[in-house]
Formats: sequence, C-alpha cells, structure tokens
Amino acid sequence: MNFKKYLQENVVYLDGGMGTLLQANGLKPGELPELWNITHPDVITKIHTDYFNAGSNVVCTNTFGANSLKFDDKQLEDIIMSAVFNAKNATTKSDGSQEKFVALDIGPTGKLLKPLGDLDFEDAVSVFAKTVKLGVKYGVDLVIIETMNDSYETKAALLAVKENCDLPVIVSNAYGADGKLMTGATPAAMVALLEGMGADAIGANCSLGPKQLRVVAEELLKNASIPVILKPNAGLPKSVDGKTVFDITIDEFADELADIIKLGVRVAGGCCGTTPNYIKALTEKTKSFSPVALCDKNLTVVSSYTHAVKFDKSPILIGERINPTGKKRFKQALIENDIDYILTEGVNQQEKGVHILDVNVGLPDIDETAMLKSAVCELQAIIDLPLQIDTADITAMETALRRYNGKAMINSVNGKKESMEAIFPLVKKYGGVVVALTLDENGIPTTANERVVIAKNILATASEYGIDKKDIVFDTLAMTISADSSAARATLDALHTIKTQLGCHTSLGVSNVSFGLPNRDAVNSTFFAMALSNGLSAAIMNPYSAEMMKTYYTFNALNNLDENCANYIAHADDFATTVQATTPVKAELNCSSDLQHAIIKGFKDKAAELTKQLLANTKPLDIVNGDIIPALNTVGIGFENKTVYLPQLLMSAEAAKSAFEVIKSSVTTDNSKSDKATIIIATVHGDIHDIGKNIVKLLLQNYGFNVIDLGKDVTADTIAQNAIKHKANIVCLSALMTTTVPAMQETIDLIKEKAPHCKTIVGGAVLTQEYADKIGADKYAKDAMEAVRYAEEIIAR
Amino acid sequence: MNNIIIKTYPAPPINKKEVLRYAGGGNDDNTLKLLEECIKEISNALTYKVCYCELSSKTNKDICDFDIFQVKSQNLATNLKDCNKVIVMGATVGITLDRLIAKYSRISPAKALILQALGAERIEALCDTFCEDIKKSLKITLKPRFSAGYGDLPLDTQNSIFTLLNLPKNIGLTLNDSMLMSPSKSVTAFIGIQEV
Repeated sequence: MNFKKYLQENVVYLDGGMGTLLQANGLKPGELPELWNITHPDVITKIHTDYFNAGSNVVCTNTFGANSLKFDDKQLEDIIMSAVFNAKNATTKSDGSQEKFVALDIGPTGKLLKPLGDLDFEDAVSVFAKTVKLGVKYGVDLVIIETMNDSYETKAALLAVKENCDLPVIVSNAYGADGKLMTGATPAAMVALLEGMGADAIGANCSLGPKQLRVVAEELLKNASIPVILKPNAGLPKSVDGKTVFDITIDEFADELADIIKLGVRVAGGCCGTTPNYIKALTEKTKSFSPVALCDKNLTVVSSYTHAVKFDKSPILIGERINPTGKKRFKQALIENDIDYILTEGVNQQEKGVHILDVNVGLPDIDETAMLKSAVCELQAIIDLPLQIDTADITAMETALRRYNGKAMINSVNGKKESMEAIFPLVKKYGGVVVALTLDENGIPTTANERVVIAKNILATASEYGIDKKDIVFDTLAMTISADSSAARATLDALHTIKTQLGCHTSLGVSNVSFGLPNRDAVNSTFFAMALSNGLSAAIMNPYSAEMMKTYYTFNALNNLDENCANYIAHADDFATTVQATTPVKAELNCSSDLQHAIIKGFKDKAAELTKQLLANTKPLDIVNGDIIPALNTVGIGFENKTVYLPQLLMSAEAAKSAFEVIKSSVTTDNSKSDKATIIIATVHGDIHDIGKNIVKLLLQNYGFNVIDLGKDVTADTIAQNAIKHKANIVCLSALMTTTVPAMQETIDLIKEKAPHCKTIVGGAVLTQEYADKIGADKYAKDAMEAVRYAEEIIAR
Repeated sequence: MNNIIIKTYPAPPINKKEVLRYAGGGNDDNTLKLLEECIKEISNALTYKVCYCELSSKTNKDICDFDIFQVKSQNLATNLKDCNKVIVMGATVGITLDRLIAKYSRISPAKALILQALGAERIEALCDTFCEDIKKSLKITLKPRFSAGYGDLPLDTQNSIFTLLNLPKNIGLTLNDSMLMSPSKSVTAFIGIQEV
C-alpha cells in the first residue's frame, strides 16, 4: 500500500532506538554508526527485522549522519545503498503481516547554519539533497527528517526532499525541557513552517521521555491539521554506576504513549534507549485503538524562528516603517547599504508592540533581490517577529521566501492572471499567508461588490494551486478620501462582506486613507477603528503613531479582548507622555554643554533630545564640532588614561551616535556627508566574531569617518574589491583566533597588490604588535581609540 | 567507562565583579545599571548543559593515549602525568545568548560588550559547577581543565572531542570549519582525574 494512504487511515508504528542497540553489539563511542551498514550488515538487518517483528510499520534506515559533510561521495553512496538494502532485506525476513515501509532517515548535519554558525542555508540544502537523491535511487518508500533542533536546518532538509522527489516526507524535531527547539521554535511555529511547506506528518522525537513530551504533543495536536508524530526516548537518562539507564519501564513507556495516541497522535515509535520490546509493548497495548480522525484546524498563521502569530479576534499590527516610500533617511540608508539603520527600525517597532514587520526595500537604483535577501537574513538574525515580505519583484520575493526562517506573510498577489501565476506557486512551495489585493486587469473597482467578485475569483484560482483560503488575507485597498469622499466606505463594505460572507481574514494599509489631508493621524486612527469594527484582522500601520496605538489598545479593551484592561492600563501612560512631548519644551537650559554632558555620561535619549533642541538655532556642523567631538575627545582621552573604562566609552559612543542620527535625519542637503576618509572594516574569512569590529566601527563613525562595514567571515577578494570600488583610504581587519590570522595575511597581501594606496589596521584578541609586523599590517591597534587616532593621523598627512 | 553522560545544571550565582573584569573594568552607576539590565535579559535565556565521558589515560612522552583516540601534546601529557583516567567534557550555555549579542552588537555595542562578558563568566561558572559536582560525587580531585588550543594541544583535537561526545546531538554544540564553536559561550576540555 502507498504510505500516504496508509497514514490517512491508520495509526502508524515507527521503530525504536538504533544507537543503544549498536553499542550493545560493540559500537565504540566516536565510531561512525553509518559505516556499520557496510561492515556489519547482518547486525543492522537483524535490528530492523526485530522492529518489524515487534509490529513497526516503518523502519528508518541507519543513515542518521549519512551526509556529504561527513563522507565523500563514494562512501556516501555505499552507505546509503547498503542501508536501504539492509532495511528492505528486513521487510522480507520479518514474518510480521502488517504493512511495512522503509524510510530514508535524515538527521541534522551537526553544523549550525549561518548567521549563528558557518553553514550556509543553500549549502545545507545541497548536503541534504545528495542524501535524498541516493535514498530515492535505492528505492525507499518515504523520507523521515528527525531529531532536528533548529527550525532553519529543518526547513533546508524539507526543501531538499521536496525539490528532489515526490516521496511522502514526515518531519520530527527534538524539543527541549522548555518545550522549544534549541534555537527557540515552539511547536506551533514548527507546525506553521512545516505544514506550510507540505510535510505529510510532523512531530517530536528524542531528548525526553513520553511524559515530558506530552505537552509538546498536545501543542502539536492543537495546531496541526496533518498527522502528528511522537517518538520519545525511554524516559530520562540517569547515570547508575557509570552506566546510562533510562528512568521508566517498558510498560510505563507503552502506557504513556498509548494515552497520547488516544489524544490523537497518529505516528508513534521510540527513540534513544527504546528497543524492539518497547515497540512490541506499544503495538500490543494500542492495536485495538481506532485512529483519531484528522481535522482541519483552519488556522491562519505566520511564524518566525521562535513563535507563531495567529489571525484571530485580536487585531494584528504589521509595522510599516521598513519601507523607503516617502522617507528620505531610509532611502539614504538603502543607498549606503546601512543595514544597521534597517535593523534599528525593526527593533524600535517591536518595542512599540507590532506583531509582524513589513519589509520593503525597493528603490529604482538598487539590486532589490540582493538587498531584500540581506535585509531578511539580518532581520531574522536578531528580531524574532514574523516578517511580511513586500515586493513586486518575483525573483526578489522567491529569494527572500527561500531564506526566510519560518512561514512568512507575502505582500502581495492580486486578481490579475499574471500576478496569480507568479505568486501562487511560491506560496505553495515555501508556505506563507498571502495578502490578496482586490484589484485586477481593470484596476481597482469603485464599488464594494466588484471588489468582492475579484476576491472570489482569487480564492477559486488559489484552490487550483492547492492553496486553502486560510492562507489568503484580503486587502480591500484603502484609498484616500481627499480624492473621492466615498472611497473609505467602499473599502469598509468590501472588507465586511469578505470577512462575514467569504470567511476570510483581512488586512489594510491604513495610512493611505488620509493621503493629501492635514493632521493625518486623526483620520487614520478613526478609519482604523471603523475598519476594526467592520472585521479588519490586520493593519499595516505606523506603530510610532500614538493615535493608532491608542485605537488599538482601546479597541481590544472595549471588545473583551483585553482581560481586566491590563494592556490598556499598561500603555495608558505612553499616550499621556506622547501628549506631553508634543507641547514645546522650553530651551532655557544651556543645551550645548548639556549635550556634551549627556554624551560623556552616555545618555542616549537625552543626547538625541538635546540635539533636536540645539538644531533650532545652531548649524549642524557647529553642533558636531562644538559639542559632539569635544565630548568624545574627553571620553577618549579618559579611556587612554584609564580613568574611563570600555563600557563607559561605548555608552558615550552610542549617545554620540544618537545625536548624529538626529542631525543626519534633519539635514536636507547632502553637506552633512563626511569629507573625511573612507574606511573599510571587516572580520576576516573563517572568523565569525564581530563585537570588537563593531566597537571600532562605532568609534570611527563617531569621529566622522565614512565607514563601510563588510561584516564578518569576509573573503580577501571581497575586501580588496571593495577597497578599490570605494577608493578606501584605510582597511581595518579583525580576527579573533590564531587559525584565522593566515586569512588576515592573505587579505593584506591582496590589498597591497590591488589597492596599494590603502593603509591596513589590524586588531583582535589574538593579535600583537609582533603578529601585525609579521603579516605586514601598517598598524596594530590595541583598542578602538588607537584605531581612531591612527586614522586621524593618516588624514592629517 | 566510555559512557556518555549529559547533565543540566541550575544557573550558578553570578559573579558581577568577574563580569566587569571581562568587560574591561568600570563600576560606575551607568555600567552597573547596564549590567543589571543584561542580567535581567538573560535570566530565562540560558541553558547550562554539560556532556562528558570518562576515558582511561596513559601518557608516553608527548603522546596522550585515551584508548579510543590519541593526542600528541607535551603540555597536555605533563598535565595528565599522574592520571590513569581523564574526563573529556563539552559545556555550553546555549545559543540564545549569541542571538542577543548579535542583536545588541548592531544596535548597542555597550550592551553587547556586557553580554559578551556575562557569557564568558557564565560558561566558566558552569564549568566550575560541573567540576565541583564531579569531585564531590566521585570523591576524586581534578587537574585544571585543559582545552584544545592551550599550549601545544592542537585546535583540531576538537574534531576528536566532538565525534566522541556527539556534542551537536547531545547538547546542541557545533563546530565550524575554523574550529570555532557555536554557541560561542561553550567550552570543551580534558580534565585529569586524581584518585584520592
């Protein structure tokens, strides 16, 4: 029988532990178990056969670590060929009469993916793809991805399976005692990601016993519309007389698991410490159970690498600030490839309370695909909010969705045939909730009814692609009332009909409604309230607007969505302070010396506020030269004299940066741009530490240098190319480990050859003057201030 | 012997003085305030996991023979001179701290610096806790921890340690191509056992 069909109608029994049994047969610690497929085929076949005899429907090939990072191509093929042969052999050797399947077992690579580790996402996909292709070649019935403790690596593995075969694929993760993956994902987040990408079953295995994994199983069952897997260890390990034993008996294991099968788990087996006897007890105890029917949970949900965001009664806020439209400072950041600016916008919006971040980095003169990919990767490295990928460029969209660590919101598709043909295949492949605009080849209809007709057409077409309506959120298009006074009404009526009659969730770019009007906040927030009453599920909005946030908290409080009005009360003070801040502050203080004081003391917010006040009657350049630089010098000299310590130096530098940021965003002409030297900074190839590099960068920026940060783990070639391209005066290189010093030398050699005009500064934990001399650096800087002083000296020459 | 054990510990008490020392000094109000902020932020973010295994140990000149694998290092051999047994261990405080450090190094280097220092103090505290635990439970004394990269012990000894202990699977500790560990606040080491 076909596995998918069998899975729909039955409880499927997997096998139990392999490692424990191999050790009992003489496998030494550190020995690679996969090689036993070749050296001990009889042992492996016997274990598989014992599991089939115990009642397993599926045995997993002994290929947990069989990947191209550990074995060369020839070895890998031999291992997988033998492993599949051993398992298939067992299907005929066993006298069990149940349905039997062989699953290609894929475990984690043992490497952590970038940016936390050094394995690139696409490289991970390629590694898994090799294993998958071999499994398919030797005829497995299905694929099991298991014991994955990172959502991103799980995605890479599933993508590799989906791109290389049509076999059924079931996916199981290793959850910790906190109910999350090692890298932070909750069960709900994993369901969103994996179900979205088309896994046939999802679940949990390893790390804990059935008792501890019960909570995880319950969470999975609550969220998944597809079968749930549970393959726990034989309890928790404990050490008795120097031997690891597990803390529950075979019967306890089977009882616990039987209880969980009653709750709805459809695929069950054992992991570390379990043996054929555990599986036998399990199958015997549960053979009379009829499988709990699967049901569609009908959830509209997006996810990040940590958590899922569900569309429900409480409105969802989608931060709109990562978007260059109408924002001069943002455009400048994009042109200068200033990712830190984008990240700061992300962090600030998160602090304001948005649930999802819209990411739009489209500008005519930049490579949008590269920029969007980089923005998505950088944002998801440090911010745990789901992202809404916002682009009209299909290549950019696919690149970003591929790299996204979760189930993204996709902005957007519309009723045009061309748009649906481009976007729906991406939604199907990568998963996602897509925003559908109610417009088509004839433009945006003026009436609500016509917009609803387009919505119906979009739903019908989506279903042809196998996309359910729960994964579509309709945007009925807010248009400005300054051009057409009936515009808001049409939007709201269409919204209401779609929510109540089509049963779909909705979203609006709220701010559009007030375009061209004065005091837009007032119009926006009232429209927001009206839309919420008409069934708006999510709003793309400006979270810095106190009016909008007021509406949000008040709406929840008034709609029984905020128990004891707790959230409203917690934020009521924010509204009050915003009101105060809009009243003019008397500038009776001596702002100039106050600014110096704020920077020296490291008060970020105060430094920004004082700079704003100073700008009213002081030239930007005078503030820089009269206050910021003198303050920095005071701190810098203190640091050099050891009266100021590194943390204080950095706090001052951050305060100075926030003052600079105010100046930058206020200056309309380009005369703020530094005419000082251009400096390139990077951590060299092979090294992923960047804290020291970031400290040096911050200080150089403070002193007005034009700093181009190439990031960490940067090849010599990239650094040299950028030195030429930007006509850099200085290149700063950082390395932390002795092993990466050769990469530094290689970089310096290449710079000397390709960009001889460039001076090189080196620094980092491992470096000394002696090392620096040996590798031919122009300068060894023992700390950030020394790098600044040297840079100033070079410019003075 | 040869049995791989995984342990999870509760958070050891934080030695703030030590954190500030790692951060490059300073105990003014602002720095202390920042430190408190960081301590609060990591309070639920860290895990304290150790994976270890006891091996037999013989030394002959600069060869350390652990039966399962051998290492060539005069310094380690000297360290293990009187020991018949050695503990090979890997410890980590988990990946969440790396994310926090990455986040703040982009938006607040001062905070990133303190978090970095805090991480260094945390992992050392975990290793100390582990050693105390082993000393007490096995009634033995231990030699100082000795890690790959110390003295003449080659960095690529990490490969043997990682394969032996299966650290990626057991405690989520991975090794990259330059022999750096992720999570970054992690330690692997040999610890000589001296029977009392």
